[in-house]
Amino acid sequence: MGQNGKKVAKTGNEAFAEAMRQINPDVVAAYPITPATEIVQIFSQFVADGAVKTEFVPAESEHSAMSACIGASACGARSMTGTSAQGLALMWEMLYIAAGLRLPIVMAVVNRALSAPINIHCDHSDTMGARDAGWIQIFSENVQEAYDNLIQAVRIAEHPEVRLPVMATTDGFILSHCLETMEMLSDEQVRQFIGPVPARENLLSSLENNRPITLGALDLQDYYFEHRRQVAEAMVKAGPVISGVAEEFGQRFGRTYGFVEPYRLDDAEVAVVVMGSTTGTAREVVDKLRSAGQKVGVLKIRVFRPFPVEEIVRTLSPLKAVGIMDRADGLNAFCGPLYPEISAALYDEASRPKLVDFIYGLGGRDVSPANIEEIFSDLLQVARTGKKNFNLKYTGVRE
Amino acid sequence: MEEKKATWKELPEADVLEGGSSLQFKTGNWRSSKPLHHMDKCIHCLLCWIACPDGAIVVKEGRFLAINEDYCKGCGICAHECPKKAIEMILENK
Repeated sequence: MGQNGKKVAKTGNEAFAEAMRQINPDVVAAYPITPATEIVQIFSQFVADGAVKTEFVPAESEHSAMSACIGASACGARSMTGTSAQGLALMWEMLYIAAGLRLPIVMAVVNRALSAPINIHCDHSDTMGARDAGWIQIFSENVQEAYDNLIQAVRIAEHPEVRLPVMATTDGFILSHCLETMEMLSDEQVRQFIGPVPARENLLSSLENNRPITLGALDLQDYYFEHRRQVAEAMVKAGPVISGVAEEFGQRFGRTYGFVEPYRLDDAEVAVVVMGSTTGTAREVVDKLRSAGQKVGVLKIRVFRPFPVEEIVRTLSPLKAVGIMDRADGLNAFCGPLYPEISAALYDEASRPKLVDFIYGLGGRDVSPANIEEIFSDLLQVARTGKKNFNLKYTGVRE
Repeated sequence: MEEKKATWKELPEADVLEGGSSLQFKTGNWRSSKPLHHMDKCIHCLLCWIACPDGAIVVKEGRFLAINEDYCKGCGICAHECPKKAIEMILENK
């Protein structure tokens, strides 16, 4: 456990709301949606109680909520929101604008399946759909990570070399509504860690200086490409910044984070790649199989954007078989969204594992240790024979 | 000689330009029809000035003065809103 922290019991939504209270943003604009509703609902009570100085904007839709965050952020205000699934989908065009205008908005996202059929439970189809929007994406395994990730997100987003929006996620209901023990920092520790918003010319300061600026003007064939190239570069530069912020966080508070988190991978021959709350279940299965003599491990991906190519190559290339656990489907007659990126990262390596995609847990379908044991059983056979009979399997669906 | 354009490293971050940059972008040539104002019918209610989405109605001392053809896109909203039918839209090539 870390230093000076206070042990408390919080749900994922409460942890996000408490982090937001401690961050004390200038503006929060939001619209409620299950299972993220509580985040902003709890936060609105902090506003009503005068516990924060935040200007709270109850918008009429998520599109408007993100638009309000964009306007506020363009005026130099530290801006935050929270959403889930259909809400994130309704923010769609504004997500790209937030990133393209280089606005460091921080958003708590609770992963939930996209309709139809309508469903309120966890999968990653909402955030995976936003993966190319120019947002940094950090996935949380548990409530503690959710809290720590949201606090780190502020520093990452506002770093002068980055200036990109960040979403930190939890898994719907599994984390958002489940009570876990976590260590909460003091308000002062958070305040000192995030610091003030770094000075930057913005719509408001430019008016005050009597040198007004235009932000987001028409940008056609002659300049759009250059501006998008800048966004691409910011995502590259986000890499070392995310590491630096995590390192400082670790030094101050005793909990360290990487882009990925390997578990029992050092001498492993077979592994699964997993994101979010399923990681814990996968670790349990690995421990069980290890005690039966199987050389198995887990690679958790915490930061999905920017994509941690180096860490993936370093940890996975020595393996014989790797299963990618995709909690979203690509509906492309091929695979889920995580599989092709891992595959592409490893393609040029002289030594690389066979890869198999396992789409699981859609719409909150529970993933049990037995499901993951089955995945390992398939992978161990691939490792033994050096051949795979399939690229993609749906795990946990009724056949 | 070809104009030297800024590279992505030289350009200001995030498409930031000086204020009022739309003044440099003359949209008048988008027009296919243009408003013709009849001063004899005009009561200077300035509804056209309120409705114009491009600020192309020039007003002086509370009275209609002219239409700024550099920016008027010919949308016809002024003609539609005018209660005295003092503005008619005519084809640009007439």
